[in-house]
Amino acid sequence: MSTGVLRFKPINVGRYLTWGLFALLLILAPLVFSQGFAITMLTQMGIWIIFALSYNMLLGQTGLLSFGHAVYSGVGAYFAMHALNMLSSGALVFPVTLLPIFGGLFGLAFGVIFGYVTTKKSGTAFAMITLGIGEMVFAASLMFPSFFGGEGGISGNRVVGKPFLGITYGPATQVYYLVALWTFVSMIAMFAITRTPLGRMANAVRDNPERVEFVGYNTHMVRFLMFALAGFFAGIAGGLSAINYEIVAAESLSAQRSGGVLLAAYIGGVGFFFGPVIGAILFTFFVVYIATLTQAWLLYLGIFFIAMVMFAPGGLASIILMNLRVAKAGLFHRLWKPYGWLAAAGLIAFLGFVALVEMTYRLSDTGGGAMSLFGITFDVRSALPWIVGALVLGVGGFLYRLTWIRFRDQWDDIQRIIQERTA
Amino acid sequence: MSAQAPTAIELREVFKSFGKTQIIRGVNLAIGKGERHAIIGPNGAGKSTLFNLISGRFPVSTGEVRLNGADITRLKPYQINRLGLSRSFQITNIFHRLSVFENLRCAVLWSLGYKYSFWQALNGLTNANERAEEVMEGIGLTRRRDTLAGLLSYAEQRALEIGITIAGGADVILLDEPTAGMNRSETAHAVELIRKVTAGKTLVMVEHDMGVVFGLADRISVLVYGEVIATDAPAAIRSNAAVQEAYLGTTANNH
Repeated sequence: MSTGVLRFKPINVGRYLTWGLFALLLILAPLVFSQGFAITMLTQMGIWIIFALSYNMLLGQTGLLSFGHAVYSGVGAYFAMHALNMLSSGALVFPVTLLPIFGGLFGLAFGVIFGYVTTKKSGTAFAMITLGIGEMVFAASLMFPSFFGGEGGISGNRVVGKPFLGITYGPATQVYYLVALWTFVSMIAMFAITRTPLGRMANAVRDNPERVEFVGYNTHMVRFLMFALAGFFAGIAGGLSAINYEIVAAESLSAQRSGGVLLAAYIGGVGFFFGPVIGAILFTFFVVYIATLTQAWLLYLGIFFIAMVMFAPGGLASIILMNLRVAKAGLFHRLWKPYGWLAAAGLIAFLGFVALVEMTYRLSDTGGGAMSLFGITFDVRSALPWIVGALVLGVGGFLYRLTWIRFRDQWDDIQRIIQERTA
Repeated sequence: MSAQAPTAIELREVFKSFGKTQIIRGVNLAIGKGERHAIIGPNGAGKSTLFNLISGRFPVSTGEVRLNGADITRLKPYQINRLGLSRSFQITNIFHRLSVFENLRCAVLWSLGYKYSFWQALNGLTNANERAEEVMEGIGLTRRRDTLAGLLSYAEQRALEIGITIAGGADVILLDEPTAGMNRSETAHAVELIRKVTAGKTLVMVEHDMGVVFGLADRISVLVYGEVIATDAPAAIRSNAAVQEAYLGTTANNH
């Protein structure tokens, strides 16, 4: 070549290492967290990782804000459940291991049908149409009980056919490994798509759709294909959830679920491939674990989401990457102390806030009485706990302001040093 | 230019109205293959609109646009681009969150036939990568390869704008004020760049800088209030009375 650019391309060791470690993590996780509750949570995390990553094919990669992504996972789940029941009755014969593919194909089919119309538009119009289709499909699920099973949904039994190498998918651990396998495969596939002509043109459409039309690409087609592929992976997540819960109900098509996946992806960070993975893990943790601690978990999740949108729009992934950048520059030691103070002050404010929320909840829920919080038992109808709660929140908030200023000065200083080094 | 020469772009009785306002009022224009053609005219004459009509950004109200003899009047921008016409924009129109290299690679993918492939790894597409590197070298941005396009200087973004326009190998290039907002040395550099990267191609440009116009163009069309009042070689345009009155008169008086 006349350019004379010779580029040495070694095998990307870092990437193989990352994926290898991730695979190892998937394999070892249930050995470390071996209680039944933990296994259940890990399984759901896997499903949500696929779901959130498929959502990010739209939001992060193509710039499409969908309010109806649950349609595709839900449809995948319903069809997978029907297929499972056909396996039970002997009308179909194939291993349960491949059932998620079934969900994926129907997610894809509906992605093609609805996506063709939806992706004619972008921006606000796109968002509105996805919302409309989401409501439409949800309503339809209640109108056709023969297929959707009405309010109660349809159920099945995942233990069908002869065991293969002792795998029956009876025990939760076996289901976990099934989900882990599909999570790993789906992640690799979705990552690979980001590095193809379509994946890159999707980024271009996100950045500047007009210009894309002038380099030969039909933006509608790019959006449509990404939408259909996102439907496929959402359908796989749906198929896995059908196997996991052995029941699929209208909830799986609901706007709440569509909102949930938006939340999960955004909290994790839509600008980075692995962002939604973090988001999915955290989101599942909220839904499964925090929900057992407090009935106000949705409130905490909502507030956390708002805080992320306002203060860290790049999500947790961007926070992690910015700190890694500091660590790489060998300057992280300067942040330990400010971080420590920030965490301490934040914890105080958080405790005060939680106390007020829980007391309010208690008061409105049961009309008050004795309650126990952080190991202290008190009467919600007396004034003292409220005064203490407000005081703790106030003091914590004030300290947070102070420590934040110190932290920010230190942070800005570090960023300046890094800038000067690279310049 | 003789009548038998094959035309790259041909406009026949093209009209364009926005609401009741007629912006383009019956333009007839034939630009030969390999010609460097400049369109000049006062502000608001409709130069950019004319570009938008040719490239399919806006539909024409009436009339016909032909590219290499084929009717492209009703085609979409991407269809016109696939037929070998590529344009740049007056206001920089690049992919801000992608690197310089990725910007150029996006611009070459279709022309190399990769279409909407989601089964081929980009890094394995040797010809696309080499072409992107080659264009990057050509526009002098190799050392900015991995910089996000949004972080480039203005002049660099203008160079990238031209790079994206020519990367796909289109044989008809439309440049909309390629030197707008540049200082003298940047302009000189841009002119050299344009001359180099459009060698052997048909070039149509809208330009305000008369130095650039008279230095680059084989022929010039003067657009005034949506009508072409003259099309001729630079020397003839300079001495054309109607043009002097309508447009150059003011600049001539300044000298």
